[in-house]
Amino acid sequence: MSKRVGIEVSIAIAEAVGLARAEVIPAYPITPQTHIVEHLSEMVANGELDAEFIPVESEHAAMSCCCGSSAAGARTFTSSSSQGLSLMSEILYIPSTMRLPIVMVVANRALSAPISIWNDHQDIMVQRDIGWIQTFAENGQEAVDLTLHAFRVAEDRNVSLPFIVNIDGFTLSHVIEPIELPDQEDVDKFLPPFKPRYKLDPRRPITMGPVGIPEVYTEAKVAHDMAMKKAKRYILKAWDEFAEIFGRKYNPVESYRTEDAEILLVTMGSISETAMTAVDAMRDEGQKVGLLRIRLWRPFPSQEFRKAIGKAKVLAVIDRCLPPGAVCGPVGAEIRSLLYKIPGAPKIFSFVAGLGGRDVTVARFKEIVDKARQFAKKRPRELYEVIGVREK
Amino acid sequence: MIPEFEKFKGFKAKNLPKEEMLSSGHRACQGCGEVLALRMVMKALGKDVIVCNATGCMEIITSPYPHTAWNVPWIHIAFENAAAVASGVESARRVLARKGKIPKKHVDILAVGGDGATGDIGLQWISGAFERGHDFLYVCLDNEAYMNTGVQRSGCTPYGAMTTTSPPGKKSFGQVTWKKNVPAIAVAHNIPYVATASPAYFLDLMNKVKKAALVKGPAYVHIYSPCPTGWGSAGERSVEIARLAVETKVFPLYEVIEGRYIISRKITKPKPVEEYLKTQRRFRHLDEEHIDYIQRRVDAEYEKLLRLAEMD
Repeated sequence: MSKRVGIEVSIAIAEAVGLARAEVIPAYPITPQTHIVEHLSEMVANGELDAEFIPVESEHAAMSCCCGSSAAGARTFTSSSSQGLSLMSEILYIPSTMRLPIVMVVANRALSAPISIWNDHQDIMVQRDIGWIQTFAENGQEAVDLTLHAFRVAEDRNVSLPFIVNIDGFTLSHVIEPIELPDQEDVDKFLPPFKPRYKLDPRRPITMGPVGIPEVYTEAKVAHDMAMKKAKRYILKAWDEFAEIFGRKYNPVESYRTEDAEILLVTMGSISETAMTAVDAMRDEGQKVGLLRIRLWRPFPSQEFRKAIGKAKVLAVIDRCLPPGAVCGPVGAEIRSLLYKIPGAPKIFSFVAGLGGRDVTVARFKEIVDKARQFAKKRPRELYEVIGVREK
Repeated sequence: MIPEFEKFKGFKAKNLPKEEMLSSGHRACQGCGEVLALRMVMKALGKDVIVCNATGCMEIITSPYPHTAWNVPWIHIAFENAAAVASGVESARRVLARKGKIPKKHVDILAVGGDGATGDIGLQWISGAFERGHDFLYVCLDNEAYMNTGVQRSGCTPYGAMTTTSPPGKKSFGQVTWKKNVPAIAVAHNIPYVATASPAYFLDLMNKVKKAALVKGPAYVHIYSPCPTGWGSAGERSVEIARLAVETKVFPLYEVIEGRYIISRKITKPKPVEEYLKTQRRFRHLDEEHIDYIQRRVDAEYEKLLRLAEMD
């Protein structure tokens, strides 16, 4: 029997990794990821999880260890955040083209300078193009479920790609929520043992990570891109099977009160919960407002997103990342590019909010909707607007 | 003493393994002392090994897809992190063997990199892996500069040597720093086995590599690797130069077993350092004063080593 318990989300994620029977966990501590790896190390120390916990000397080493471990055929997990994720950056591109199915939970946090331990999405947006599958969790239950889903999809031989589950630092990682922790038996049913097609084995020697001369480099990268595109089918299939076993159904894009909506907020991660409250309040006032929440960020669910827009006339896309000097935030840019020159496409306005732990309140969402409505009437001078900047 | 060494009788010229784990046909330069050393390393280790290769000459010359020179499982991830990749492989095999998913039979884990990958950019990763005590061996193939990128100086480039980033000029005489003592850094980690080796003494090299593999826990072997292209030396003289480096005390051969220094080849009648220097174009610009300084410093370093060995 699965049990519903009041538990800190980080601890619940660690429990999920335990239920997934992770075998090698190289990790380096960084706020706000620490509780996840602390709990895993405790589970290993207590003999509750038969795994190797490698207390590495940096995040770069953590990801390097992950590559070795996954290539040797072990189910491999790590977790990081912010500066640590940036330190890994050089390596992150490698296991994805090498098709090593590492699973990582990233507790999203701002990047220095100024140093900030608080939540936004700048750390992961820097890693947008690393070629890992990426999902964003909205709440604790989803964080647990997406972690199990990540192992299943990553290791599927039709996919063989590393997988990042994004959870908002502190907002998710450090809160206690009622979470249903699945049964071991059910998890085992959902997640078969890791059986890689290729691994480092003296009985069958292979060369991994060779030099890609110009005659083969393009093909290697195209193969990776094709694998990402093909992965979507298996991501959806795994969510269907997850729903059958655990009773919770996930989609790449979630719609909230979008029927007849004229303006849609577009969000990722935990601010979506506040956004729903804001949508309810605005609906009470008679405004035709809804919400689209992107759960699957890579591969981007283009079809599903286009379909989810329905007949909305305006999209207010919220980025939790401010790339200085860019046209707009990465999510805004993605959606503008997706809908460019599509007949009947809605007007798209890009907003940046919630940087470095700044709360995005119901009032802020209302402000965003008001601005989007104004912009639809009179084109704004700038291509994006930062919300909630203090003037004094 | 290390119990694993007792059963090991040592390689002899007569019983050298015939199998090549690193096959010919790779793309190394003519007379490359590094690939010669690597071939001996692989001969010593045999087929039950997994190789984690740092980016560098040995990586590129052996693996231009779709070709490979490797008859053993081999992985390359990046430049600085071979020791961390090896840590991951070793940990994975430990848990998989415990769970009965792979045979319990011992497989050696070899991390290998050049002097740049080892003594400069990769030092932290090696330190971490040594400190954590993974059962693996790290082999540094030291050709004393960044040869793969076109002969730039590294921390292991010897004093006075000309490289593309330590050029002699009106205000410089080449590399201004003394060679970094990477084996001493390995020793400082209290790992059970550290050694230096040279392809000119191939039995000694192979025996040391085998011992490094046999010992439980981390081991480090630092191998002198002549580079005709980078040093401006004749390809056919690589082995001779490697021998001269030992005979002039420039590159002494020793082991450090559980912290105890043992000189492998005591040099009682050393040849003058100048004889070694003049075999290579990288030292050609050095005047008498610099050569004299190098001679004195080489003597002093060797004395230091003797004192370490005598302390036991």
